[in-house]
Amino acid sequence: MAVLVIADRDGDTVRDTTHKTVTAALKLSGDVDILVIGQGSKAAAEAAAKIAGVRKVLLAESGALSHQLAEAVTATVVGLAGSYDAILSPATTDGKNFMPRIAASLDVAPISDVIEVVSNDTFVRPIYAGNALETVQSSDGKKVITVRPTSFDAAGEGGSAKVETIAGADGGKATFVSEEMVKSDRPELGAAKIVVSGGRAMGSAEEFQAVMDPLADRLGAAVGASRAAVDAGYAPNDYQVGQTGKVVAPALYIAIGISGAIQHLAGMKDSKVIVAINKDADAPIFQVADYGIVGDYKTVVPELMAALG
Amino acid sequence: MKVLVPVKRVIDYNVKARVKADQTGVDLANVKMSMNPFDEIAVEEAVRMKEGKEHHAAGTATEIVVVSIGVTQAQETIRTALAMGADRGLLIQSDADLEPLAVAKLLKAVVDEEKPDLVLLGKQSIDGDNNAVGQMLAALLDWPQATFAGKIVIGGGKATVTREVDGGLQTLAATLPAVVSVDLRLNTPRYASLPNIMKAKKKEIAVKAVADYGADIAPRLTVKKVTAPPTRSAGIKVADAAELVSKLKTAGVL
Ligand SMILES: Cc1cc2nc3c(=O)[nH]c(=O)nc-3n(C[C@H](O)[C@H](O)[C@H](O)COP(=O)(O)OP(=O)(O)OC[C@H]3O[C@@H](n4cnc5c(N)ncnc54)[C@H](O)[C@@H]3O)c2cc1C
Ligand SMILES: Nc1ncnc2c1ncn2[C@@H]1O[C@H](COP(=O)(O)O)[C@@H](O)[C@H]1O
Repeated sequence: MAVLVIADRDGDTVRDTTHKTVTAALKLSGDVDILVIGQGSKAAAEAAAKIAGVRKVLLAESGALSHQLAEAVTATVVGLAGSYDAILSPATTDGKNFMPRIAASLDVAPISDVIEVVSNDTFVRPIYAGNALETVQSSDGKKVITVRPTSFDAAGEGGSAKVETIAGADGGKATFVSEEMVKSDRPELGAAKIVVSGGRAMGSAEEFQAVMDPLADRLGAAVGASRAAVDAGYAPNDYQVGQTGKVVAPALYIAIGISGAIQHLAGMKDSKVIVAINKDADAPIFQVADYGIVGDYKTVVPELMAALG
Repeated sequence: MKVLVPVKRVIDYNVKARVKADQTGVDLANVKMSMNPFDEIAVEEAVRMKEGKEHHAAGTATEIVVVSIGVTQAQETIRTALAMGADRGLLIQSDADLEPLAVAKLLKAVVDEEKPDLVLLGKQSIDGDNNAVGQMLAALLDWPQATFAGKIVIGGGKATVTREVDGGLQTLAATLPAVVSVDLRLNTPRYASLPNIMKAKKKEIAVKAVADYGADIAPRLTVKKVTAPPTRSAGIKVADAAELVSKLKTAGVL
């Protein structure tokens, strides 16, 4: 059995979501290759080649692949699929975008957001906002899987795989127009050891930044938000933690002015330690919090900053 | 432009799903069911395209067809969409819980028949949390896809779609016909007014059987079991920030 992992590229390197997906892939087979896609990805391919346990790295470059457009990624991967029994990608927005397209092109039922590899054909995945875990067995000859990165440890470094260049497919009937990426010097939400998240309680974008940014900077944390805070424009869409946003599992998660709706809990309840600051003692967030402070964040957060020194 | 909107009947988003004791699935007996919230957003956008609301020119959409694959009661879900402003409905009746691949194949058959210019659907159903049908339908049709739409502009034979992605926003131009899946920020769906609910009762809902479409819907996945996730129990309330910091230091997370 051979497995292809589609890398999550980040400029000249690959994100640790790739390392985590490699760990899941190694549970299926010892023969794990990585595909790095996008124009100018040579350095990223070389970084991927250093991941321990990887057999070889395939590098596909074309203009259309630069933005991971689903049509071009699918055409590229389908061309390679003959040599693989399973194709894995992290459950990032890119992976979620192209993997089902790849699966349908191969007439395969995709398996989304896998949190455990039970055997070669059996996987566990959360359903109903994480309120149930489904164990599914696939009868497809090929498996097409997205992996929830927070559920797997990152594969280490120390590999020395060969990088092989392959043909990258051209564009399809969708073309890239523009992008607007949130710039931040803070750690990425999915990878941060500490996450501080703000909710509707903040009331405005200015207040959200004034409260959350200094705390995040003091803790070296990433900033997250509830859907209500994002919908109201207090925080960018990319900050949303939850069932339909990002899933995080940091060592410490601090929820400030967030009620703890099931859709929010779905994205953070696997955090090691959860702290909730909320003025409503009955807020559902306290049911999952290891440590809770009942109070107005406007007084609690400054006190927290002072206590942190 | 003709728009096809697939809608799914799912557990209401306010209900917490409970796993059945025999681990065969989630208990849906006597549970409130509603239209998948993302599908409400898709219906709302299609109706705005027809009405010429927001940035859409009036008549951007000329006909809105709603399709659901599911149990008889899914007609209520279709009826809700008709009350919001869709023109007619189609139920493909199935008592089986079909996998996204089967749903995509049935929807492809509907597209072949209806020939819409745009399929507008939810990015994810909140029961199976698959996030797959739209992308799979686009593959089967060999149409372009634009998923996770936060803004859709129709013009020049294209859908120009701003997508909510990790890291921020990405804008794509997809040549029509195309499949677009919608995200939370696209719009806030309306509540149907009483007169519109009454009017919707007169709109047509065709009912078909899965067998009418000749699609291969054989399951590929077997559910071995459905279990409850590990539970977290409530911890303690601390008096103030100083106590919190000392607890966090003891726990080794600061
Ligand atoms: C299809 C769908 C998908 C969804 N996906 C997500 C998702 O991915 N992520 C997500 O987060 N939500 C999601 N939601 C929304 C979710 O249901 C909740 O509406 C949302 O999480 C609520 O956000 P909130 O906790 O910030 O706001 P609220 O529920 O309004 O809570 C605000 C909290 O702040 C507290 N508060 C107010 N003032 C203060 C103060 N001064 N000091 C301290 N505390 C204060 C209040 O007591 C309250 O508990 C989804 C919903 C749907 C229908
Ligand atoms: N049984 C169904 N009937 C109609 N539409 C569906 C059905 N299942 C899924 N869909 C559509 O596909 C979208 C994505 O669903 P999923 O891939 O299951 O998460 C949903 O938001 C619906 O628009």
